[in-house]
Amino acid sequence: MTAREEILSRIRGALGDTPSRPDVPRTHRQQGVHRPGTPELVRQLIDRLEDYRATVVRVAAEDDDAIGQAIADALTVRGIGQVVAPPGVPRAWTGRLADVVVDEASIDARTLDRIPAVVTGSVVAIAETGTIVLDGATVCGRRAITLVPDTHVCVVRAMHVVQTVPEGLQRVDPRRALTFVSGPSATSDIELDRVEGVHGPRTLIVVVAG
Amino acid sequence: MSTFLGMPGVPVRGPAADTAVGHLTGDRPFPAAARDSLADTQLRRNLAHATSTIRAKRAAVVTEVPDWEALRDAGSAIKADTMARLPELLEQLEANVVARGGTVHWARDAAEANRIVTDLVRATGADEVVKVKSMATQEIGLNEALEAVGVTAHETDLAELIVQLGHDRPSHILVPAIHRGRAEIREIFALEMPGVDPSLTDEPAVLAAAARTHLRQVFLRARVAVSGANFGVAETGTLTVVESEGNGRMCLTLPETLITVMGIEKVVPSWRDLEVFLQLLPRSSTGERMNPYTSTWTGVTPGDGPQEFHLVLLDNGRTRALADDLGRTALHCIRCSACLNVCPVYERTGGHAYGSTYPGPIGAILTPLLTGLTGGDDPNDSLPYASTLCGACYDVCPVKINIPEILVQLRAEHTEAHADRHRLPTAEAAAMKAVAWSMADPARFARAGRAAALARHGIRRGKPLLPLPPPLNGWTASRDAPRPSAESFRDWWARTRGPSS
Ligand code: SF4
Repeated sequence: MTAREEILSRIRGALGDTPSRPDVPRTHRQQGVHRPGTPELVRQLIDRLEDYRATVVRVAAEDDDAIGQAIADALTVRGIGQVVAPPGVPRAWTGRLADVVVDEASIDARTLDRIPAVVTGSVVAIAETGTIVLDGATVCGRRAITLVPDTHVCVVRAMHVVQTVPEGLQRVDPRRALTFVSGPSATSDIELDRVEGVHGPRTLIVVVAG
Repeated sequence: MSTFLGMPGVPVRGPAADTAVGHLTGDRPFPAAARDSLADTQLRRNLAHATSTIRAKRAAVVTEVPDWEALRDAGSAIKADTMARLPELLEQLEANVVARGGTVHWARDAAEANRIVTDLVRATGADEVVKVKSMATQEIGLNEALEAVGVTAHETDLAELIVQLGHDRPSHILVPAIHRGRAEIREIFALEMPGVDPSLTDEPAVLAAAARTHLRQVFLRARVAVSGANFGVAETGTLTVVESEGNGRMCLTLPETLITVMGIEKVVPSWRDLEVFLQLLPRSSTGERMNPYTSTWTGVTPGDGPQEFHLVLLDNGRTRALADDLGRTALHCIRCSACLNVCPVYERTGGHAYGSTYPGPIGAILTPLLTGLTGGDDPNDSLPYASTLCGACYDVCPVKINIPEILVQLRAEHTEAHADRHRLPTAEAAAMKAVAWSMADPARFARAGRAAALARHGIRRGKPLLPLPPPLNGWTASRDAPRPSAESFRDWWARTRGPSS
């Protein structure tokens, strides 16, 4: 018998003839009280992100030029002139930056490690938990580029902000490689005190637009 | 006709995990190991500080979720449903992983899992791997197995790194170095971390930065990563790692080859089920609304991340636990560690006393369910007794595992195993028999009450004046003996409420 057959037969043996299957109650909230993109949700998202020590920049309109200005301002203050960006990021977002490397999958990790920042979009944000979801597609980029540079500038469109976790999961495609980001990298491993900044980007700047 | 041995339909236990491989058994029973931890005041201070911090954080973020109880009910039922259809769900998971370019391996026990992983690593020609914290690989002793074939395993989670550099053992599911305070961690880093700045302070932020610098080069050069998985979604073939530091993302993204070792109980039926667990887990474990990073991946994603993916599905005693209706629920555990943090026993003894990768209340049930109870002097036989049965673990468990009830059942099972093996009843069984005998007859019971009143003169401040004979000394070795009152209840009733009938 192969290991596979043996384990499956052990499981069947352990369960006996009629393992009882319970009904799964799903009385938990499937959606929030606020519709996606409402000001209440944007406020809640910002509150959560700031609680995680992310930097939030608010841009009133979903206007690519205004977003580009906000990104340039946030990076200039930090003395950052070079960024990497996935090919799907609108030109206007990075137009004011001196040195923009458009990611082709050929950039290796060591090269990425020398680039101080990355600019990406996102596909959905969950207000209650302060979570931004990246799906690896053209506006978010492959996973390595949002991981290796030390500063991540991430644009969230207000219309993509939902209230609850179930709403967030319904809006993404599980067949993509997804990353759920809630604040900068952090650890609670020393005396269970939260410290921001370990292996992932230590600075997370979220531009909330619209 | 069923060709099954035994009664048709009666569950048959899978084999117990081999305790000789991996880390499911310590070298001493719990009471002996606990005595050392109790004498370590630094350890007790560290634990009291850390567990009280996390308890407060958890309580605050759980209270703000209006449908917490509904989520717990859903989580518990999804897991029960999963166990009932485990064969079909595992086959579905396998088919979906394979369809997306992954390879699935099945491991009956720790030795087989170690062999599969070491062979895979050797086939790549790599002599080192980066690891994401994983209970399953700790359970099977994978690092030692890799070392034996000349492969260095780098633990990349901060707490695991502290444990590895300190030549220590993990003592908590979530924060393996919970027993260490910041000053001790600074010492370990200063002594053991190659190239560390000697002027390092014990500020947590400074220590975290040192770990970042130390591991960055390792991440950039590693070609193979080994991870565990929090959930594997049957419907889509998606695997999930929930983490904080980004070391998980590094391992899941940068190397060419990824090997994931997952217990067979970690499968969940559908993508939608994650909406429940991704709410329950972070709030219960680190007391955060959401952990900083959750990664999900399905087989191989072209152009993004490892282009070779292996999933190793591990039994190692799980089909033993599965055979019992109640014990099966211990497999629902999502390893949040909330039960450890609220446990009055864990808070005082720490995790090492349990001897197993799985400490605390969940360890006290899961470990013996995986390895079996011998009724002899196996250290794991002591685990079902490592509890006061106060029930705090059940109250906080996000998937509502009734740990106290399972503990009681395991105690009964242990009593039976002991009797079978020794043809002599355990102390508890003998005592219960004596009680039954004296209670069966009113006159005998009255005499027993008076005898107890006399015994009170033999006890001072909870300790008997003369050494008690076995088995009674077993009881008083770790507990105070209650001092019986001067007068039995029956005598008091007779004296104050008229003659007894
Ligand atoms: S038994 Fe429950 S509380 Fe304990 S670690 Fe598992 S899921 Fe968490």
